[in-house]
Amino acid sequence: MPKLTDTMTEGVVIKWHKHEGDRIESGDALAEIETDKAVMDLEAFGAGTLRKILVPDQSTVPAGQLIAVIAAPDEDIAPLLAEAGAASPAAARPAPKPPAATPTAPSTSPAAKPPGRPTAPPPSSGIKTSPLARRMAEEAGLDLATVTPTGPGGRIIKEDVEQALTAKRAAPKVSEPVYEVRPLSQIRKTIARKMTQSKAPVPHFYVTNEIDMERALTVKAELADREQPIKVTVTDLIIRALAVALTRFPQFNASFQDEGIRYHQSIHIGVAVGLDEGLIVPVLRDCQSKGLIQLAEEARLLFERAKSRRLQPDEYTGATFSLSNLGMEDVEQFSAIITPPEAAVLAVGKITQAPVVENGRVAVRRRMMTTLSCDHRVVDGLQAAKFLQALKHELEEPTGLLLP
Amino acid sequence: MTELLYREALNQALREEMRRDDRIFLMGEEVGFYDGAFKVSKGLLKEFGTGRVIDTPITEAGFTGVGIGAAMVGLRPVIEMMTFNFAILALDQIVNNAVKIRYMSGGQLAIPIVIRGPGGPSRQLAAQHSQSLESLFCHIAGLSVIAPATPRDAKGLLKSAIRQDNPVIFIEGQELYSIKGEVPDGDYTIPIGRAEIKREGADVTVIAWSKMLLMALRCADRLSDEGVHAEVIDLRTLKPLDLPTLIASVRKTGRAVIVEEGWEFCGVGAQIATELNHDAFDAFDAPIERVTCFEVPTPYAKHLEQLALPTETRVIEAVKRTLYR
Repeated sequence: MPKLTDTMTEGVVIKWHKHEGDRIESGDALAEIETDKAVMDLEAFGAGTLRKILVPDQSTVPAGQLIAVIAAPDEDIAPLLAEAGAASPAAARPAPKPPAATPTAPSTSPAAKPPGRPTAPPPSSGIKTSPLARRMAEEAGLDLATVTPTGPGGRIIKEDVEQALTAKRAAPKVSEPVYEVRPLSQIRKTIARKMTQSKAPVPHFYVTNEIDMERALTVKAELADREQPIKVTVTDLIIRALAVALTRFPQFNASFQDEGIRYHQSIHIGVAVGLDEGLIVPVLRDCQSKGLIQLAEEARLLFERAKSRRLQPDEYTGATFSLSNLGMEDVEQFSAIITPPEAAVLAVGKITQAPVVENGRVAVRRRMMTTLSCDHRVVDGLQAAKFLQALKHELEEPTGLLLP
Repeated sequence: MTELLYREALNQALREEMRRDDRIFLMGEEVGFYDGAFKVSKGLLKEFGTGRVIDTPITEAGFTGVGIGAAMVGLRPVIEMMTFNFAILALDQIVNNAVKIRYMSGGQLAIPIVIRGPGGPSRQLAAQHSQSLESLFCHIAGLSVIAPATPRDAKGLLKSAIRQDNPVIFIEGQELYSIKGEVPDGDYTIPIGRAEIKREGADVTVIAWSKMLLMALRCADRLSDEGVHAEVIDLRTLKPLDLPTLIASVRKTGRAVIVEEGWEFCGVGAQIATELNHDAFDAFDAPIERVTCFEVPTPYAKHLEQLALPTETRVIEAVKRTLYR
């Protein structure tokens, strides 16, 4: 299982394209692999015959583990296979468990076990308990992982188990929870890891502003109405406005590092794209040197590939700032979590018609709420306010967005 | 029931047994004309004469050997050590002859001998006369070791020891000779190898014997003021160990503190702890605690002697550690 991205620790063999005995040329697509970011083809590193496939379709395999052998037709691959056999076997992706599964009795009697092997490992191993507490929990069917230890060195003692049992009894009696467990997809795992990495150590703060989109939408409509229509989305307009604002406020295109704050020369804007199983953030590169039309065209192609999960690793890594737009999903306003090591992310809500007092008169205007999440180690509230003002200016006076 | 001193209870046991069986005789330093260094044999010379109550020179190895020889030809000797510190001089006779002759004679010879006398530190008797040597004897395969704490147990167990057909080490508490207690009238025995719960409680098991039992009971009183109910077990017989009684108690309490006046290393408490750990592992909510003499020769100086030996404070602290308090 080759490491197809920097961050993957395991991959799923979705489907083998080739079969044992097939003649392989270097570069042939051998199998479809799901990494933590995308589904991609595994290409053969060399030519030969596909002698052995070691893991079936739908297997989750740690990066670095042998999954197949390509060799000359008469080459002896037995030593290689023996070595692979010693490594941990690949776990087939488990099917969702039916709810309320009953434990089945072990099929082998204890006497049938090879001598010298310990019997079943203790449940919740790694948790420190007094022997009495362990037995009490076992007898009560209590998961020790749910018990708060108060003994020395984090030891769970009798009193802690009693406490937990009392709390359990005190909890209102409800019918047995019915649920099913769906295994985490690679992308779900990555999101879980990344977001925890962010929210815990990065001190977030949030600044919200309302932007009048009347003129920006007029520009969008006019471009679409041309004889040769130019299709530009609200997201494209925001990306272009962000590129201008980030050029003026480089501290938002930065990263907090132990040695200091890293200011990025280029503006790479990641745009969150929601998929059924999670989100992926394709990256529009070098936004500082691209005009609106070019950005719009690149974004369209990029988002299409993202939706079909065909992005290459360099297309979803390396963002220096991120944008998340839930406007099309009827969200008025929300706050996003920063993707480390970026310093900020802009969350954009839907455009709504709102009564606005203008020169002493009430007028109906189309408005949009934006919220900037910032890493307080890098920037402060005043800078965030100024940055949002700059963004607001670019979108409310949109002529500048049309400049090359 | 009659209230007797510990030494009077032992005296009764000897007298009644010697009346019952004329093969029984008492031998040791000052047991006859002086009535015993601690007056345990008071009046026995007068009743049984010099043929059965025999004063010896200061020769522990010698008179212990004589006793073993007498046992080999059918008598039932009770050998008094003026204190168990002096039994060290007779160790070769005890370890190599008394214990092994039955085995090495292929069962042809029995050695029904009781070696008895006071053990444990008393008050300022200095290092050589202030030792608890029970673990030394417990270590020897084939010896029974008894250490009673009350007049009732002292009488009943000495009778059982005298009636046993194998060697018994019977260690009396030097500081206990003057304590009083109810003793059943007439002939009775207490079986060897049975511990007794001297005080019931559900929170922690305190295991002790001889003088330390009395300390454990005082600690239990003090602990009950704080709402801690200690169960105090008197081992009475150190070997064979009454494991079932100990296990039943720790299964109830989940905690054990072993109080021992001797040194910690290879002490009787070490054996108890390992047995409980093995047979009652999942009963414990906290590590077993031991309170022992510190690893020093018992000091002569009063304040240092008090520091070296187990104290109520140390026992109570150990109990609280097992309760995570």
